[in-house]
Amino acid sequence: MEAGTLGAGQERSLGERLANLVNSVNDAPFGVKAAAGVLLLDLVLLLADRFPDSALEWVALVAIVAISIFALTALERRPALLAVVVLLNILAMLLMLHDLQSVSQRGINGLSLGAIYALGAVGLTLVYGILKLVNFAHGEFLTFGAYMAYLVNVTWGVPLIFGILFAIATTALLGVALEKLMWAPMRGRGAGMLQLVLMTIGLSFLLRYGIQFVWGTELRQLDVNVTDTVNFLDLRIGRTQLIVVVVGFVTLVATGLMLRMTLLGKRMRALSDDLELAEASGIDTSRVILWTWIFAAGLAGLAGVFAGAVTQLQPELGFELLLPIFAAVILGGIGNPFGALAAGVLLGIVIEWSTFFVTPGLKLAVGFVILIIVLIIRPEGILGRARTV
Amino acid sequence: MSDPLSAFHLAVSFSAFTDIDFWTSVGILAGTYAIFATGLQMNVGFTGIFNFGQVGFMAIGAYSMAILTAEHGVNFWLSLPISILIAIGFGLIIGLPSLRLRADYFAIATIAAAEAIRLVALNARDLTNGPQGIFGFDNSWNSVSDSIEEFIVDLGWTDVPSLFPLFLVTWVVAIVLIVGFSRIQRTPWGRVLRAIREDEDAARALGKNAFSYKLQSLAFAATTGALAGFVLALNLKFVVPDEFQPLVTFIGYVVLLLGGLANYWGVVVGSVILWTVLEGMRFVELPLSETKIAALRFMILGVVLIGLMAFRPQGAFGKREEMVLGD
Repeated sequence: MEAGTLGAGQERSLGERLANLVNSVNDAPFGVKAAAGVLLLDLVLLLADRFPDSALEWVALVAIVAISIFALTALERRPALLAVVVLLNILAMLLMLHDLQSVSQRGINGLSLGAIYALGAVGLTLVYGILKLVNFAHGEFLTFGAYMAYLVNVTWGVPLIFGILFAIATTALLGVALEKLMWAPMRGRGAGMLQLVLMTIGLSFLLRYGIQFVWGTELRQLDVNVTDTVNFLDLRIGRTQLIVVVVGFVTLVATGLMLRMTLLGKRMRALSDDLELAEASGIDTSRVILWTWIFAAGLAGLAGVFAGAVTQLQPELGFELLLPIFAAVILGGIGNPFGALAAGVLLGIVIEWSTFFVTPGLKLAVGFVILIIVLIIRPEGILGRARTV
Repeated sequence: MSDPLSAFHLAVSFSAFTDIDFWTSVGILAGTYAIFATGLQMNVGFTGIFNFGQVGFMAIGAYSMAILTAEHGVNFWLSLPISILIAIGFGLIIGLPSLRLRADYFAIATIAAAEAIRLVALNARDLTNGPQGIFGFDNSWNSVSDSIEEFIVDLGWTDVPSLFPLFLVTWVVAIVLIVGFSRIQRTPWGRVLRAIREDEDAARALGKNAFSYKLQSLAFAATTGALAGFVLALNLKFVVPDEFQPLVTFIGYVVLLLGGLANYWGVVVGSVILWTVLEGMRFVELPLSETKIAALRFMILGVVLIGLMAFRPQGAFGKREEMVLGD
């Protein structure tokens, strides 16, 4: 008997053994997985950069790894805090290998990029969560906002603040118009996911090349001072960039509070959770959907003006930001606006820090690789809840 | 001319319609996209997986061929099958993790993978020569092209357009692929793909490994993507990252939907219609600048895509009972 079962065990196929290996890794205690993850991450960072070259640095490295493992194990099952620990781990590693000046300089670039991602992602994730609409035209909302601000700020010569308000208002109006013209009728017909995705791609063509039709492909600049800098703790920060970071984060916090505290915010989250249940409990869903579009498109318009202010305007401005914004949406868990806010900022910082290891041209590719890795190991996102994915 | 609208009067120069060189190029373009979309048809129309990274396979095919031939002196004809294998390899690498995901995640993951490939091509200068691209991989092809041209001249047609041999080869490849894929679709293997499209759980309940079939379907798409990449490279005579924008995949979907889903010959119809209209527009003399006309073409493309999806989700010539996007 015993020999028989043993024999059967020995004849297991390679596939079964691999499956068993994967299972045993999955079943490992969290502490072991966390330790392995941190060791692997830090090894990759060292291989990509350089190894410690003094006793002090070796001590620092051991301390960083030990503290990270301890923090990760202590924070089991708090994915948001785990992500922060991983970020702090990377920060500590970079500070050990590079000077404070360059790490924080790129960190600030990352914050302004992250604010733009987060502002774009929060609206995209709400639309995605509530309407099940994967909106490839969301990037064009950013471009549209940027050009609206250009119209007011440069063509009409009015101060940029009015340009920003005009951009938010007109982009929100565009969102509402599209909801009325396209998405509400399509929902009424019970259109499927891919059908809607391809419609958003068509819409993205129409908007992007409509903007190209009117304004051409030449690079345009908003009337902002991009060379003026502010000195802060030995750091030279571009004034425009500082404004983007400050206004961006104030808006992000306000957005978060609005979603958390106000009735409208609660209703939006309820719809994102379960549209039918929300409808059954007496929420006027079409009203909330309209407000969601106002909100999503308005924030995208603001993000577009910011992106235009720190770089330059061209018709592909928003489309180039779309994939990282999608990455932030997925990292944050689809339909979770708080997740999108946090993931947008995290992604911005990580992408800018990645320029320590790769040429700046590849930094977006790093973002995509992170996206694909997250899709593989945690498709519900860092902050998402396990749903059917 | 007191007509106030005379400035906007449309003038069509008919002589241009007989410009054989121009229409040969358009024919190559249409053939390239027919090849490109044949694999998409297998994925979208017959397997129900929404591959948005097809241009990535095109990039891998074109770059592998160019790098092997121009940089490493590999025989051009040998580099083609190797490049197809590399593209299939990438298809497996991309498909293994992402095919397990929900359809919308898969779409985003594949588009991100294709963009990552383009960004690497743009930045890995040692391998791909960056934005300058790669030249000088087409000597073997040129001599074949010349002998085809001589053969045609011997037949009695003296002013053969220089791209005509490529036009012939492109369409031979396209037709062979389409006939082959249509046959494959009628085999038991092809019927399993359709079963997975209709009801994956039912197919699995019958003991079919749906994941493996989807992966194989993606490998076929990678093959046609690579073949389209070869034609593109020979047509342009260089390979640059800018040719592999996500836009190419989106145009592939327009081709697919114009022709109709779940019908391989549809991609020929779709591609010929699309490129005849888009390129034919060049002869409509609009009082607009070059950029505006270029923008206008893509705006029309967008309107076509929106209109098709709103009113004919099975594609312009698709059969409603076979495959409709939206269930």
